[in-house]
Amino acid sequence: MSHRYFPHTDEDKRIMLEKCGVGSIEALFADIPAELRLRRPYALGKQMSEVEVRDFFSRLSARCTPLACFAGNGHYDRYTPSVVTSMLSRSEFLTSYTPYQPEISQGTLQYIFEYQTMMARLTGMEISNASLYDGATATAEAMILASGNSRKRPRVAYSSTLCDAVVETLRTYARYHGIDIVAIPEDGGVTSVEALQSLLADGNIGGVILPQPNKYGIIEDFTGLSDAIHAAGALFIINSVAIDLATLRSPGEWGADIAVGDAQSLGIPLSFGGPYLGYMAAGKSLMRKLPGRIVGATVDASGQRTFVLTLQAREQHIRREKATSNICSNQGLMALFVTIYMSLMGDEGLRKVNSISAAGAHYLARELELTGKMRLSFPDRPFLNEFEMTTSIPAERIIDALAAKDILAGVATAPDRLLVAVTEMRTADEINRYISTVKAL
Amino acid sequence: MNNKLYDKLIFELSRQGRRGYSLPETAFPDAVGSIPENLLRKSEIGLPQVDELTVVRHYTNMSTNNFGVDTGFYPLGSCTMKYNPKINEEMAAAPVIAAMHPDQPARFSQGALAIYHSLASALAEIGGMAEFTLNPYAGAHGELTGLMLARAYHDSRGDKKRTKVIIPDSAHGTNPASAAVAGLKVVPVKSLPDGTVDVEALAPLLDDTVAAMMMTNPNTLGIFERQIPQIAKMVHDAGALLYYDGANLNPMLGIARPGDMGFDIMHINLHKTFSTPHGGGGPGSGPVGVRAGLEHLLPNPRVVKKDDGTYDIVSSPDSMGRVSSTLGNFAVQMRALSYILSLGSDGLMEAGGLATLNANYIKESLRDLYDLPVDTVCKHEFVFDGLKDKSTGVTTLNVAKRLLDYGFHAPTIYFPLLFHESLMIEPTETESLDTIDSFIAVMRDIAHEAAADPEMVKTAPHTTPVRRPDDTEAALHPRLTFDEL
Repeated sequence: MSHRYFPHTDEDKRIMLEKCGVGSIEALFADIPAELRLRRPYALGKQMSEVEVRDFFSRLSARCTPLACFAGNGHYDRYTPSVVTSMLSRSEFLTSYTPYQPEISQGTLQYIFEYQTMMARLTGMEISNASLYDGATATAEAMILASGNSRKRPRVAYSSTLCDAVVETLRTYARYHGIDIVAIPEDGGVTSVEALQSLLADGNIGGVILPQPNKYGIIEDFTGLSDAIHAAGALFIINSVAIDLATLRSPGEWGADIAVGDAQSLGIPLSFGGPYLGYMAAGKSLMRKLPGRIVGATVDASGQRTFVLTLQAREQHIRREKATSNICSNQGLMALFVTIYMSLMGDEGLRKVNSISAAGAHYLARELELTGKMRLSFPDRPFLNEFEMTTSIPAERIIDALAAKDILAGVATAPDRLLVAVTEMRTADEINRYISTVKAL
Repeated sequence: MNNKLYDKLIFELSRQGRRGYSLPETAFPDAVGSIPENLLRKSEIGLPQVDELTVVRHYTNMSTNNFGVDTGFYPLGSCTMKYNPKINEEMAAAPVIAAMHPDQPARFSQGALAIYHSLASALAEIGGMAEFTLNPYAGAHGELTGLMLARAYHDSRGDKKRTKVIIPDSAHGTNPASAAVAGLKVVPVKSLPDGTVDVEALAPLLDDTVAAMMMTNPNTLGIFERQIPQIAKMVHDAGALLYYDGANLNPMLGIARPGDMGFDIMHINLHKTFSTPHGGGGPGSGPVGVRAGLEHLLPNPRVVKKDDGTYDIVSSPDSMGRVSSTLGNFAVQMRALSYILSLGSDGLMEAGGLATLNANYIKESLRDLYDLPVDTVCKHEFVFDGLKDKSTGVTTLNVAKRLLDYGFHAPTIYFPLLFHESLMIEPTETESLDTIDSFIAVMRDIAHEAAADPEMVKTAPHTTPVRRPDDTEAALHPRLTFDEL
């Protein structure tokens, strides 16, 4: 009997084979050399019914420990409005391809245009592309853009206070693409401005990538850096956790040329790693150098407002090896996700998410210090909702003790370092349980 | 699909004072005030102010301007727009995993790591490879990862002069673009008139500066590259690696495995062969597999199964490096695993044959009216070079647009670049004879319309929500945000 995904009856197959002038499906593969043919079934199980598939996943799900999440490190447990989940399941959005036929893809094109507007506004930049994969790869794309921007200045400097995963990804891309990258050392938990100034003085830096906030959760002060970076002829790139920009000075306000990062924080579920959403926004002068899809407004034959994929001369399907990037599939549906999220939340909702998160984080940090078991690694630095503790007992032991109380304590970034994040999802009860568990250690 | 366009933008629905969110009150004192003033945002963002129902109606109405696989037949060549099963969506939304942080230690995430490992192992069996990473986020990201890995392989042997990659002229645009990002110089190799790689033209290109050759098999004309054993031998004799672009893997399900064809590295588009939805452009997922002997080069971090049956996440200095923040688009991976379990070995064995049957049936049913430049048995897809009757002036673009009037998505057009009027059709195995017959009937009608009333076809579409957008205006005067309208 045929599978429910395959509509072919025996009679259908007979009619079709007859049209093709062959006696069997097998005959359609007669051109494949015999020694290449797979002559056995895959060593995989037999087909499962829905009941069995559900059972398979629920058994594996049961082998994951549900923990109240105080981990961050670039990705955060955020509130997802039920409207977002519901709208994303609209199959007209979900089951469509890249909008190559604008006449029957205005839904996708409209929301990408809304997304571009919202991301440009959130980052304080003029324009945005239609999305990239994640924060790390988006930052790598910005590095490639900066490196190719000026022949005289192919080097790219990045702060050592960027998240480790971002730095490692930059290094991979740089190694193979052939970009000379240089780390700006840190000083007391923030980018060393002195070191940056002396790198800029060398004269061959094409781009500078700085984090806001950084890998310790610290909000860095970029006062004067835009002028210094631009005076040296380099592009100023800021990597940010998207939602933080509702409260923190935006890349545009800092004078950045490119804003990149992960927009997972705009309500996207953690899902053990993705799908998330890389964003890139920039000044309009960089428009033709941006990677990825871009949607623009135009009119149709009857003069009505219409949206289309535009500036495609940058892209791989037109320019092949001369394209600004190899990206084809992006994270389209996640762009819809954050567009609906930002529509619902508005300026006020985003700011409130940040203030609730910051209130919980600052309270937790203070109380944890009072336990005497840990102290803030950088007590004089400002932070929003994430902070690093230096622990007097091994960080992994703290993680185990809190896991026993259904809490993920944070990310152990070193044997005696614990990076802790608090979001609007963490209740007073969970925060207090965290504190009392540490006290009892 | 509506015929009438829902044309609002969310910003136009905004009214001062409305709101669409609900958030709990905090029990703790304000902390934002403790942050120095000069580090805080001064300007408003300018997000819309809308109530919840307005948002729901807006996006619901907007969705009706869209066409998906659930709406109708989507024969977009090389995109494998097969049915996206609903059970996959349900599995991907499993609440415990949906809330799980990517840095949750392995000892608390065994089930999720088992999912990763099960899928990677199934792909290794299907691809005939030793091990897969699921970290790359999309097909092109997989290509990039695979090519970087090829470079890492040569580097690890102290072989620094291999800076070129050979790519057939029929290849997907991502192939040369990925090669460029990986720092490799692209050397194109010609196709024979039948669309397959010209082995004689290939031979002189293979020397000790070649890092890899990229191929897809079947190729973009849907033709199986029969010379593949010989090509693999030539590439390997030259010390290079052979890369398989898995965009066209679907017809090989149950038929042949890239590993057995001699490929060393491959990627798979889960959003093609393994039924995960394309989401209007993504998220995809581009797992990369390697043959035995290359596993240690796979990107960090890697999921491994230990002797005691538990799973761990490891990183190694031997690796080619990290290419992603996390272990990839995990919820997409869950969908693909759900699909593989639902089909099982028996279902998967059938899929490639049925996809191939559907494609050949369409080809044979239309070849009298459409120009078939390469006349042979195809696999999952095939390419027409426009209408057979060129005298009407009706182009492939016109045919594609006219199809929209009849409620079908258009095939891929003007790709591959080997022909002027390429019309690339891929039906997939999930389409019924009834659907395919109605598509064929419409394609035949359009061919007749082109002869009888060419102007009508040239001015198509006529019934879609918008008609023939002005692309030139969009590119000449780019307006990319609401503020520029």
